[in-house]
Amino acid sequence: MAKFDNPEDIKVIVATDCGSTTTKAILIEFVNGEYRLMERGEAPTTVEAPFEDVTMGVLNAVAELEELSGRKLLDEKGRFISPANGKDGTDVYISTSSAGGGLQMMVAGVVRSMTAESAERAALGAGAIVMDVIASNDKRLPHQQIERIRHLRPDMILLSGGIDGGTTTHVVELAELIAAADPRPRLGSSYQLPIIFAGNKDAVPLVNETLESKVDLKTVDNLRPVLERENLAPAREEIHELFMEHVMAQAPGYKKLMSWADAPIMPTPGAVGLIIQTIADQYGIEAVGVDIGGATTDVFSVFRPGGEAVFNRTVSANLGMSYSISNVFAEATLPMVMRWVPFLMDERDLRNRVKNKMIRPTTIPQSLEELVFEQAIAKEALRLAFVQHKNFATVLKGVQQQRTIADAFEQSSSGSTIVNMMTLDMLIGSGGVLSHAPRRQQSALMMIDAFLPEGITRLAVDSIFMMPQLGVLTEVQPKAATEVFEKDCLIHLGTCIAPKGVSKKGGPVMKYSIELPTGTVSGTLEHLEMKLLPLGVQENGLPMTAKATFEPERNFDVGGGPGNKVEKEIHGGVVGIILDGRGRPFDLSTISETERVKYLTTWMTEMNIYDIEKMKALTGN
Amino acid sequence: MAHAYTPGLKVTERQVIQKRRILPLKGEVIVKVGDQVNPSDVVARTHLPGNVVPLNVANKLGVPPEDLEMVMLKKDGDTIKEGEPIAVKKSFIKWFTSSCEATIDGTIESVSHITGQVLQRGEPIPVEVKAYIRGEVTEIIPQEGVVVSSIAAFTQGIFGIGGETFGNILMATPDNSTVLSEDLITPEMKDKVIVGGSLVTAGALRKALDTGVKGIVVGGFSDKDLRDFLGYDIGVAITGSEDTTTTLVVTEGFGQISMAQKTFDLLKKHEGAMACINGATQIRAGVIRPEVVIPLDQSGGVGEVGETEIQGLKIGTPVRVIRHPHFGRIGTVTDLPSPLTALESESKARVLEVEFDGSERAIVPRANVEMIED
Repeated sequence: MAKFDNPEDIKVIVATDCGSTTTKAILIEFVNGEYRLMERGEAPTTVEAPFEDVTMGVLNAVAELEELSGRKLLDEKGRFISPANGKDGTDVYISTSSAGGGLQMMVAGVVRSMTAESAERAALGAGAIVMDVIASNDKRLPHQQIERIRHLRPDMILLSGGIDGGTTTHVVELAELIAAADPRPRLGSSYQLPIIFAGNKDAVPLVNETLESKVDLKTVDNLRPVLERENLAPAREEIHELFMEHVMAQAPGYKKLMSWADAPIMPTPGAVGLIIQTIADQYGIEAVGVDIGGATTDVFSVFRPGGEAVFNRTVSANLGMSYSISNVFAEATLPMVMRWVPFLMDERDLRNRVKNKMIRPTTIPQSLEELVFEQAIAKEALRLAFVQHKNFATVLKGVQQQRTIADAFEQSSSGSTIVNMMTLDMLIGSGGVLSHAPRRQQSALMMIDAFLPEGITRLAVDSIFMMPQLGVLTEVQPKAATEVFEKDCLIHLGTCIAPKGVSKKGGPVMKYSIELPTGTVSGTLEHLEMKLLPLGVQENGLPMTAKATFEPERNFDVGGGPGNKVEKEIHGGVVGIILDGRGRPFDLSTISETERVKYLTTWMTEMNIYDIEKMKALTGN
Repeated sequence: MAHAYTPGLKVTERQVIQKRRILPLKGEVIVKVGDQVNPSDVVARTHLPGNVVPLNVANKLGVPPEDLEMVMLKKDGDTIKEGEPIAVKKSFIKWFTSSCEATIDGTIESVSHITGQVLQRGEPIPVEVKAYIRGEVTEIIPQEGVVVSSIAAFTQGIFGIGGETFGNILMATPDNSTVLSEDLITPEMKDKVIVGGSLVTAGALRKALDTGVKGIVVGGFSDKDLRDFLGYDIGVAITGSEDTTTTLVVTEGFGQISMAQKTFDLLKKHEGAMACINGATQIRAGVIRPEVVIPLDQSGGVGEVGETEIQGLKIGTPVRVIRHPHFGRIGTVTDLPSPLTALESESKARVLEVEFDGSERAIVPRANVEMIED
């Protein structure tokens, strides 16, 4: 920050996120010793014709902020008044962007499950949509790979391959394929396609020779210098630089927007990843964030398999609640969606309803029946996106492991997932279906049913999808970002306590004792039972806490090992404490049809998910 | 905020339709401004670079990549014919001399002394862009393509499959609510664009395909039939490149829904006239809807007929409900309360009151209606 040497001097912040349809602006001020969200405004994004200038949408959204807050932010020429002076102006202005289809990349590496996968991780982490992964062993013939590269027209390509000192031939072969394809950038034909080489350092001169004359080649450190270690940061930084220099600069109005912003404009998902990493680092926790949109679902995670935080992001390109809803239905299959619905619906009619939502994506569920069905689809979309994430967030593949006799019984292998639901501390949901569910209990249950958290897990939703703006704010004023995130961005839903284990005979799962503000509540949680206990939020938006003791049965585990007692301070929220005795793994399909309807209705009633009378009318019960 | 309702699909008696006809790569425009064109006329053409086929000559001949140049008979840019030797490794004993032949017709793209790979580039692939609609060339984009303009009756569909085609309109059902079933497809429908009522059955669609019907415009179509017809499920609404010779334009949605009377009447009015249709649909930012363009008498020139301005919802606006529980019903707006209203699902949304059939009234979220536009 050139303008402020000391981030503490930043008292007023305006941040925008230019999405493909809406530009969202937020105003943050330092009041009474803390940073708080003051107002938010939004306006349609103006990247496409007839406007073709992104700054118009930004100015409209900021004008709404002005109106709502009474703070004059723009001068007569429509420029930000900066720094802030009393009731006028802002100290900094920052922005993220996913307009114009976001950042679309292609990645290439020698071995699909090793360097190519590391390259994919680097691109996804930087906030890109990965259009395809080309690898020497991807089973496509070279001419097919060339055809593919030619047709895709990415914004940039990340080329990796070979550990340092390893293969050069295969890397150069990939470079030759790219050169032969002569790919054109998606936006603007006046510039050469940027290609980042982050592979074997010995191959640098050879790759230079092959590609230099045809593309805008940048070289950074190898993203997989040795098999045992990834070094993704240099590649990610270069992606962000090129995103600014090339991709953004081609989009209408962005040059002006870049000149206004006090920090580099970041791709929206990259910024969301940043705030989740910041929070996980600050509190030393493991966290999963999910953003379910109309077309795609993004999953972000920070886990600490060996003590060190590992960040992963995946984009499920065709799992979403409107444009891609039909695909969710096709991938999940009808029985998997309908297992969450406690009443009968006609299949032919359902299929038509799903397709009608796809072709008219802005419609909303009016009847309760439609809402229950839509939330059932959301659970499956989230579940499928998380399966993809688990398969991607793995320990590095191809690494030889030394095993001792003690490891012989452990079935973990090279490439096993690092996602551990038992150690996960916090699950954060965002996107219309989670953030705008009519009852918060519905958001909580959707996340629990989709992700099946184990042990003790906090649940929260992003109220108005401010995570992108807060992500870029971490680069400027991290304290403001985390304070606003905790107090204004997150709606704390509460904590889910789900003992891991199965019970064939039913019976008790665990004993619990929780010191609620209204008095200590204790009891026994039975198998297939769900309970909701009240523990709310404080006036400042932060959750109340309570001391709790859980004593699981010997085949159940709440984090301390099977049968071991756990004492922990747990967090409340607008929903409260959810005790989930359904066991893990939990599979509804193993329950008979009559039992399924009975249990679903019982859980929904206990959790106060829907209006009971209306549900009775639907289920005929 | 953006409009809280779906703007609706266009059904217009007469308007100027402009179509940009652009090549995928720079090439040659072969018409000029003022030319009258028909749908099948070529307006621009180019050649796409041929496919690249790699050949590892070093491996084949057993020479190190760095020695490749010594055995190559051809160099970058040289023309090659399939089967023609492009490299020879000579030996003192004639029998041990080995050669490597070109696997395609084309040129040598590159010879790599690092990987030993020779890239062969195939013959250029010709690409042509046709006019698609009948009209006048009103603009030339040098080396890229043209704009064809036409005064036409125009209607948009909500979803379609299949690409651009044209044919004369033939009404296949007597009214907008009759189901277009198999028995209504007759041999005289060959090469025609036929118009159905509320639904086209899977059998009718298959028979139409066999008969050589160019296109079907209909109110509704069942998803299950769509899947059976295509052999796969459409996951996201991006269509137009399906392998079918009969283009389908659905005007209302999935399920049995009567075609809007106005659309049906418009098509009926122009029975016998040429319709240019395209099933391509893309429901994302930069939405593309399927369409029916009926070029009209062009006298009076192009550009004299203005477009009607899109107006917002107001009392009296005709609307169609596009979601359950009133899906497909057409009515008139009778009230537009401004405060947020709780729905049965408990969501709070801006709503409107709509009157169906002049008597029954219902409250519907504004997001769940679309205006029936002029």
